[in-house]
Amino acid sequence: MSEQNIPEEALQEAQDIPPEFDGEHPIRIRGLTNAFGEFKVHDDLNLDVKRGEIIGVVGGSGTGKSVLMRSIIGLQIPESGEIEVFGRNITEAEPDEEIGVRCRWGVLFQGGALFSTLTVAENVQVPLKQFYPELSQELLDEIARYKVVLTGLPEDAAAKYPSELSGGMKKRAGLARALALDPELLFLDEPTAGLDPIGAAKFDELTRELTDTLGLTVFLITHDLDTLYAICDRVAVLADKQVIAVGTIPELLETDHPWIQEYFNGPRSRAAAQTHESGKAIDNPDGGKA
Amino acid sequence: MAHCHHYLTTSTTEVVAGRDVYTHSTANMREWAEYSVEERGGRVTVSITGPLVVSSIGALDPELRDFGDSVQFVDLAGVGRIDTVGAWVVHRFAQEKGAEIIGGSESAMVLIDAVEECAHEADITPPRPFAIGRISEGVGKQVVEFGQGARRNIGFLGAILTSMAGTFAHPGRLRLRALVRQMELVGVTALPIVGLMSFLIGIVIAQQGAVQLRQFGAEAFTVNLVGRITLRELGVLMTAIMVAGRSGSAFAAQLGTMKLTEEIDAMRTIGVSPMEALVLPRILASVLMMPLLGFYASIMAIIGGAVIGDLMLGIPFWTFIARVQEVVPTHDFWVGMIKAPVFGLIVALAGCYQGMQVKGNAEEVGLRTTMAVVYAIFMVIVLDAFFAVFFTEIGWG
Repeated sequence: MSEQNIPEEALQEAQDIPPEFDGEHPIRIRGLTNAFGEFKVHDDLNLDVKRGEIIGVVGGSGTGKSVLMRSIIGLQIPESGEIEVFGRNITEAEPDEEIGVRCRWGVLFQGGALFSTLTVAENVQVPLKQFYPELSQELLDEIARYKVVLTGLPEDAAAKYPSELSGGMKKRAGLARALALDPELLFLDEPTAGLDPIGAAKFDELTRELTDTLGLTVFLITHDLDTLYAICDRVAVLADKQVIAVGTIPELLETDHPWIQEYFNGPRSRAAAQTHESGKAIDNPDGGKA
Repeated sequence: MAHCHHYLTTSTTEVVAGRDVYTHSTANMREWAEYSVEERGGRVTVSITGPLVVSSIGALDPELRDFGDSVQFVDLAGVGRIDTVGAWVVHRFAQEKGAEIIGGSESAMVLIDAVEECAHEADITPPRPFAIGRISEGVGKQVVEFGQGARRNIGFLGAILTSMAGTFAHPGRLRLRALVRQMELVGVTALPIVGLMSFLIGIVIAQQGAVQLRQFGAEAFTVNLVGRITLRELGVLMTAIMVAGRSGSAFAAQLGTMKLTEEIDAMRTIGVSPMEALVLPRILASVLMMPLLGFYASIMAIIGGAVIGDLMLGIPFWTFIARVQEVVPTHDFWVGMIKAPVFGLIVALAGCYQGMQVKGNAEEVGLRTTMAVVYAIFMVIVLDAFFAVFFTEIGWG
């Protein structure tokens, strides 16, 4: 896996991005159109993601949330439109160029997508070896060791194979691999789907904590209302083949789009909001002044 | 790893405090983290400069690892960007030397605290016993697995017989559509490749046989050779090997993948027996198609032989065919036709059995598919040897 040559220029370029890139928006999407045959998933879609925020992407099934993420990370070639990641237009980039951006993001796929024949530690080391072959095995082992614990796995999980892990642990191991290169941009595709409520809440907490500690920008696709209320700074709503609204949840509630109203005023959403409010009250017993 | 030391060749080396330090010399080189050492009043300060991130740490890390002297302070004032890998290297170095970290920015200290909390010494490689233990463990495992495999195999055969009996009792339960589909896949779509293969084998036998028989002036016996050996042995045997490669492997891979995606479990919960819906059609299709394919293969081989007879031996094509009818006893045909369904059963059994044994990960599908083909071909050849002796003994020589 590590035999493919990464051009030195690409790595150089990767390192150069932050000084060059001082923009506010690590991801900028303009006029994105995606189609499968005759069926258009996205039509003239625009979205800006702010540096340092957790942006939640919601939308009904089949509105193209995952397709949007796949377009941004270059797995889906769009019909037309521009996608800028760290100020670089990735839809026009040469394959070499793209790599520079690629090692500045991490992706957690829905099922974890861990390499099933490698241990968790080896999974974490794959991107490191791929991009930075100069790192010594000693350092790689140390990195795998602390990353595993950083993502909330028990210490002995590093030596295990994915088939020996529970669903929640697989997600955490996938997150450890996504964070292997210390990316600034993290893509999470339904991170809490399939987790029990306690595990989901812990995963949310972890996401928030890591975002604050490591200074990440997080692009988070979710169906989980609790996640939206608990950790998302802003929410982007996908409907009618576009992002119809972006903002904080109170801002979204003021729009009168029927889908948004139904989504955030449904019984499940109200319950999630309530839990969130009461959780806040417990965190700050003196009425949020702290 | 061809790129392991590219930075060594492209950067200049300068000596700082008696040690080699790699620095970047050209403007468009990657930037590397560096360090310098300062001693003041017996207290040693190691100052780290440059970006302290995963892409720039490659040269610094081994340097710090080999740093022999004692260190009192690690100065991070000259550090630009920092990530957890950089923080880890600094933390490990300071911890090892018992040094104090000074001059770090707020974000650097946050990261160092974060990685410090995550430090641990647990083993990250799966436990691996010593060689002698591994060998005896491996042998024991093989023996136990062989026993269990034999048991499961018999169990599998039993399950097939039960569902077969059930299907005979209630013919309505036979999956006719699936059966026809499998017959098409096993039989009809195999016609071109089996035909070509047999035709070429017929050519080879006739040509090589003629060369040897010519020494006795018995070239005319080429007809006997081709006719008898293909109908009796090679037609069916080569077809069985081809079917094992084409269909046995497909059975194992299909059923194995269905097992992984829990499709087979889903079937069971709906009340559909995977034996009846998946395994039985495949086995029946193989058993039914093998005789047909085997006979077809024999005929193609005889045609191949006849072509060589016509071109090389001066035996006209139709004379060759007519001679085959005279010199090949009918029981040669029956020997082939009795063996064929048995070989079909073996191939399909191995494929379906291995497919149903898949569990765990995608790698196992490949492993089981290989095993299905290897077992099928091996068993076919072993059985063929038994058949050869048996038929000769009963006077069908």
